[in-house]
Amino acid sequence: MEERYSYVEGAEQPIAMHPKKFSLWLFMVTVVMVFAGLTSAYIVRQSEGNWLEFELPAVFYYTSGIIILSSIFLHWAYLSAKKNELVQLRIGMSIATFLGLVFLVGQWYSFVALVDMDVYLVGNPSGSFLYIFTGLHALHLVSGVIFLIIVLISSFRYKVHSQSMVPMEMCVTYWHFLGGLWLYLFTFMLLNH
Amino acid sequence: MATANVASHSAHDHDHDHEHHENFITKYIFTLDHKMIGKQFLVTGIFWALIGGFLSILFRLQLGFPDMDMTFLKPLLGGWIDDGGKLDPNFYLALVTMHGTIMVFFVLTAGLSGTFSNFLIPLQIGARDMASGFMNMLSYWFFFISGVIMFISLFLENGPAGGGWVVYPPLSALEQAIPGSGMGMTLWLIAMTFFIASSLLGGINYVSTVINLRTKGMTFSRLPLTIWAFFLTAVIGILSFPVLFAAALLLVFDRSFGTSFYLSDIYISGEGALPNTGGSPVLYQHLFWFLGHPEVYIVLLPALGITSEVIATNSRKPIFGYKAMIISMLGITILSFVVWAHHMFVSGMNPFLGSIFMFLTLIIAIPSAVKVFNYLTTLWRGNLIFTPGMLFSIGLVSFFISGGLTGIFLGNSAIDIQLHDTYFVVAHFHLVMGSASFFGLMAGVYHWFPKMFGRMMDARLGYIHFWLTFVGVYLVFFPMHYIGIAGFPRRYYSFTTYDFSSMYTDLNMFVSVAAIITFAAQFIFLFNFFYSMYRGRKASANPWRSTTLEWTTPINPGHGNWPGEIPSVYRWPYDYSKPGASEDFIPQTVPLSATPESNLPHEQEMVKLEKEIIAEEDVVLVANESKES
Repeated sequence: MEERYSYVEGAEQPIAMHPKKFSLWLFMVTVVMVFAGLTSAYIVRQSEGNWLEFELPAVFYYTSGIIILSSIFLHWAYLSAKKNELVQLRIGMSIATFLGLVFLVGQWYSFVALVDMDVYLVGNPSGSFLYIFTGLHALHLVSGVIFLIIVLISSFRYKVHSQSMVPMEMCVTYWHFLGGLWLYLFTFMLLNH
Repeated sequence: MATANVASHSAHDHDHDHEHHENFITKYIFTLDHKMIGKQFLVTGIFWALIGGFLSILFRLQLGFPDMDMTFLKPLLGGWIDDGGKLDPNFYLALVTMHGTIMVFFVLTAGLSGTFSNFLIPLQIGARDMASGFMNMLSYWFFFISGVIMFISLFLENGPAGGGWVVYPPLSALEQAIPGSGMGMTLWLIAMTFFIASSLLGGINYVSTVINLRTKGMTFSRLPLTIWAFFLTAVIGILSFPVLFAAALLLVFDRSFGTSFYLSDIYISGEGALPNTGGSPVLYQHLFWFLGHPEVYIVLLPALGITSEVIATNSRKPIFGYKAMIISMLGITILSFVVWAHHMFVSGMNPFLGSIFMFLTLIIAIPSAVKVFNYLTTLWRGNLIFTPGMLFSIGLVSFFISGGLTGIFLGNSAIDIQLHDTYFVVAHFHLVMGSASFFGLMAGVYHWFPKMFGRMMDARLGYIHFWLTFVGVYLVFFPMHYIGIAGFPRRYYSFTTYDFSSMYTDLNMFVSVAAIITFAAQFIFLFNFFYSMYRGRKASANPWRSTTLEWTTPINPGHGNWPGEIPSVYRWPYDYSKPGASEDFIPQTVPLSATPESNLPHEQEMVKLEKEIIAEEDVVLVANESKES
């Protein structure tokens, strides 16, 4: 009931946005702030010296590719949904979700690679930070995959089409955001490790 | 206007719903109604204020009467009172820590911002409810869970967290450091995680409601200053609480998983060096104060917003400098993020960096002074009506001035070397942040009580409550300045350990007595609050003759706030005593075209525009009605 009010009345405002979409953007702001805090902490701590140097696991290059591919497929699904091409929507959604899961598995292997290099969560903060970055990002990614699965299921129930795009749009926004966040973290670590 | 029609229809649907589906649980417990959620925050906040206040009385007893036999507290505190009737020093630290945590987060963040943002935002901007009622409910229940966990921690064998409300590592990171760094600290961190989630859910909701759900005509330049304050508070919360989360997360890893973010080369209690290496405790301070300083404004801004509204209404004058008020709040919001290191002047920081933060800190005096000036000029030659809410607002202005002045000294990195972590700091922030915000909260409760419960609070009890609290607060905190200038550090268990501070025993006794009286005075409020809820004089629709939208709702608004269409807004919220007008206030819902006698020249211009819009809408309305029939 409340949603109906808010949507209808929200539409009157010239600068208004769908309140739920807007809330998602605000949520993404909070996630940005968490990682901004952590990465600044990384820089501040690094500048104090006593910093363990090591190579980043090569798996990160593959997982970065996978997350980009996943975003591309999701976007294709989104464009198809706008054109009511429901088969392509389902294919795109399925691949994107699958690639999301592959990304998570890949991140797990990055932990394995780190352990092989004798870099552990417990030890010099330089390694601990890496675990925290990837781990916390993976945790957010799990929420993104759950969101993908929910939209995937509703796409099989014919609930996603050009007239009903809000959950799909929010899902796409969030997924692109998480992909972008990973690319930021990866670039950050490449530049500052 | 098709949308307006749909809205009014769904409102009717909703009233219909009420008759059938609303039971005790959906109405009072898992409610989605922003008004009820606001009241839940208020009552929970009052509960925590009593606990927080009571803890402070306990440690004030120790400070004021160091030789006192506290055996009579044994039934309550058990083992924390030793056989000689003395308070356990570790429990003293826990009391101080819990008092700070509870007051800052549970009372003045959740109890103040949670109550009034929830209650007033939809009512004052003309919305049926928050953007997401469900998230709003979640916000309250996360706060509730957080409170339950914190409450449980009070009864642990080793006591609750004891490292001060800022929980600096390494003290808070090592269980063997003090008893309060054990399980109590773990529960503190869990509780704060829930609290952060609650604040973020609330804040996201407030911002998206203010931006998206304003009624027709409610432009940003017509928002009451309360809404501006709540809005900016929520923005600060959204940007700063995640960083506290990051700080707490790393602390959790240091405590429970053996990482060394904040720990390095530590020897403790005769053991060899701990394995932790490479961490930096100052890192925690940076992360913490990046939240910690904005938190001060999260606490203060809503109180300032409430004060603007109450003072304008009860001076029967437009607020002086409406735009200046908004700009100074914006200025405070932005500056609040670039001054955090003034809490760390003595942490070994580069003095050059210190002077930059000192400069930025002192700039905050400008928007703060603008606000004070505007409050005073609004009061100047107004037709003052001294309601209890008005008195508490004026009290806030007084504390804001007297506490703000000492901020200028503390913000100075050289003077801070002497004053850092002394009672001077305690006096400063209890006046400017603690008492000022508390008075804002009280002003809000007295002012909006009729809207919350449909009844008036007793004014005479309100006056007694005000004077006892106002005088009491000054008696408690003013002497602390002297103790602080003399150099006595805060958080110390006893004043009698050193010769130089022994001479303050009498002063401390005086402070403690004043604190007990002030605390006792709060029970007058408590009685007034609950008694008036059921037995108070019935309120009229607009008891303070105020202009804002909430007073256009029924006396006891249902879920959805307005039974019919949501009223449109045609003017700013401060049309009090407008020359030429027949009444001394013109509600925001009165079109300019209805008041030609009091319109200013530029408003006369707007009348034409207004008429065109109204004519257009009539056409649409007629068209819709014919379509429907």
